[in-house]
Amino acid sequence: MISIKNLSKVFSTKTSDIHAVKNLDLEINSGEIFGVIGYSGAGKSTFIRLINRLEDPTSGQVEINGEDITKLDKNKLRISRQEIGMIFQHFNLLWSRTIRENIAFPLEIAGIPKAERLEKVDELIELVGLAGRENAYPSELSGGQKQRVGIARALANDPKVLLCDEATSALDPETTDSILDLLVDINEKLGLTIILITHEMHVIRKICHRVAVMEEGKVVEQGDVLDVFLHPKKAVTKKFVEQVMGDQTQDDSLEVITSTYTSGKILRLHFVGELTNQALISQVARQLNMEISILQGKVTQTQKGAYGSLVVHIDGTPEEMERAIDYITSTSVRVEVLDSAR
Amino acid sequence: MLDNMQTIVNQWFPNVDLEDLWIATGETFYMTLLSLVGTFILGILLGLLLYLTARGGIWQNKTFNFIVATIVNVFRAIPFIILILLLFPFTDFIVGTIRGPNAALPALIIGSAPFYGRLVEIALREVDKGVIEAAKSMGAKTSTIIFKVLLPESMPALISGITVTAIALIGYTAVAGVIGAGGLGDFAYFYGFTRRDFDVVFVCTVLIVLIVFLFQFIGDTISNKLDKR
Ligand SMILES: Nc1ncnc2c1ncn2[C@@H]1O[C@H](COP(=O)(O)OP(=O)(O)OP(=O)(O)O)[C@@H](O)[C@H]1O
Ligand SMILES: [Mg+2]
Repeated sequence: MISIKNLSKVFSTKTSDIHAVKNLDLEINSGEIFGVIGYSGAGKSTFIRLINRLEDPTSGQVEINGEDITKLDKNKLRISRQEIGMIFQHFNLLWSRTIRENIAFPLEIAGIPKAERLEKVDELIELVGLAGRENAYPSELSGGQKQRVGIARALANDPKVLLCDEATSALDPETTDSILDLLVDINEKLGLTIILITHEMHVIRKICHRVAVMEEGKVVEQGDVLDVFLHPKKAVTKKFVEQVMGDQTQDDSLEVITSTYTSGKILRLHFVGELTNQALISQVARQLNMEISILQGKVTQTQKGAYGSLVVHIDGTPEEMERAIDYITSTSVRVEVLDSAR
Repeated sequence: MLDNMQTIVNQWFPNVDLEDLWIATGETFYMTLLSLVGTFILGILLGLLLYLTARGGIWQNKTFNFIVATIVNVFRAIPFIILILLLFPFTDFIVGTIRGPNAALPALIIGSAPFYGRLVEIALREVDKGVIEAAKSMGAKTSTIIFKVLLPESMPALISGITVTAIALIGYTAVAGVIGAGGLGDFAYFYGFTRRDFDVVFVCTVLIVLIVFLFQFIGDTISNKLDKR
């Protein structure tokens, strides 16, 4: 477990003091993927660099499994760092080394004998799906492959924590997804705690269990990803949720659509962390023998299931429609009747 | 064999003695290579000190950085010919003589190491900060960062830097020759210029140019081979 208490970082420049991180408190559980999201300059990078003390805090504590990182002397810090992996936006590989040698680097630092190193490197190359490229140089790889090397390198010393600073921000959407899948895979296989910094809500949505939103050096909102998606409190958070979901409350087009129907009912179905009811529409149609058409909506997958809403139109006798609504209500999908037949 | 060549050469260059020329060329190589090794080591040391003690460096130290930078700048400002004269007592003390190829070495190294040191500093500054940070995040010691990150990552630039320095050094050996260090400069001056045998001066010039080309070629080849960017 990582517990961060009252952490602050002030950069003193000639002209002014910049409070990059302000009295930050966070608890991050073992084995979870914890996301930190915020706009540029919110202090995300500074925050993550405080965790392995690439940046020394001005005040506060960072405890990793009971050990206060901020109190360690230089040598102990070096040893502790070997148990904290880190990956970077621009990969930061050594161009003078092959893939194999890059991944072996942290093992050399930890003083692992050569035979053991080679074995471990082969294992890691397999894990990140780079078999066959071990003798290539970084310049010969694509961005996604470079990040895979970065991940393998970060995992070399079997860390308990993996820090990711904008690990996918330099990649295209498809490559981003494959790297995110790899992170989830590692999280599940190795039980690794992952702390992930991003400015893309998509990344949070796709792999994080919990999220903290940062603004001006402070955490302004945090919680389970689904909760934050469902009930964003702060304006920043709402904006981030809109990035993925679109603005659900202000849909002009909905009125146009509903006005074209003269009979039946318009329902809005809210999916909140659905794992079991994803086939709901076809179930209703089949079991109740009812016409059900999807008008509009957006459903997205998160680590805790599907999230989003669908606007559907059903038609039939009042009893049939009542039965359909009851059926849906009996599942964990929430129903909202928007418009009844006119 | 040598006699044959001697006759052929003398048809064109009547005053050139091949055996003497051979010895002089050997001396030039000897001075250049040895001083190059010394310059490489001392220059890297100076460059590392300049880089590491600079603002934001691992050993950030304003005073120390200022002192090293001043020494480097002062030695770079002294013209080589004056540096040799200035270093006579020092050379006499270290080498035991002020004549011959060995006597030229201290001046050659001290004259070119500050220049190379600056090139090393520039090369090190070009190393990606992110890579150094990655090494730190893995728990690397400063020595590991120096020997496994900074030097390997800047090696092509270090090699092209030492190539430029080598060419300057070949020039310096010729200057040193004029005050009795031996080598092709010495040969051209005493056997050529002072006796008005300009064919000797000409042959020496051609040889020096060839040596310069050779060093440039070797340097470029190694630098290109190492560069995997
Ligand atoms: N070494 C430094 N010296 C002075 N100010 C700094 C330093 N590093 C960061 N800052 C300042 O601290 C604030 C937070 O920076 P930080 O890099 O943590 O933001 P970020 O959230 O990671 O932004 P981005 O999304 O652009 O990476 C910024 O105002 C930045 O200018
Ligand atoms: Mg950042």
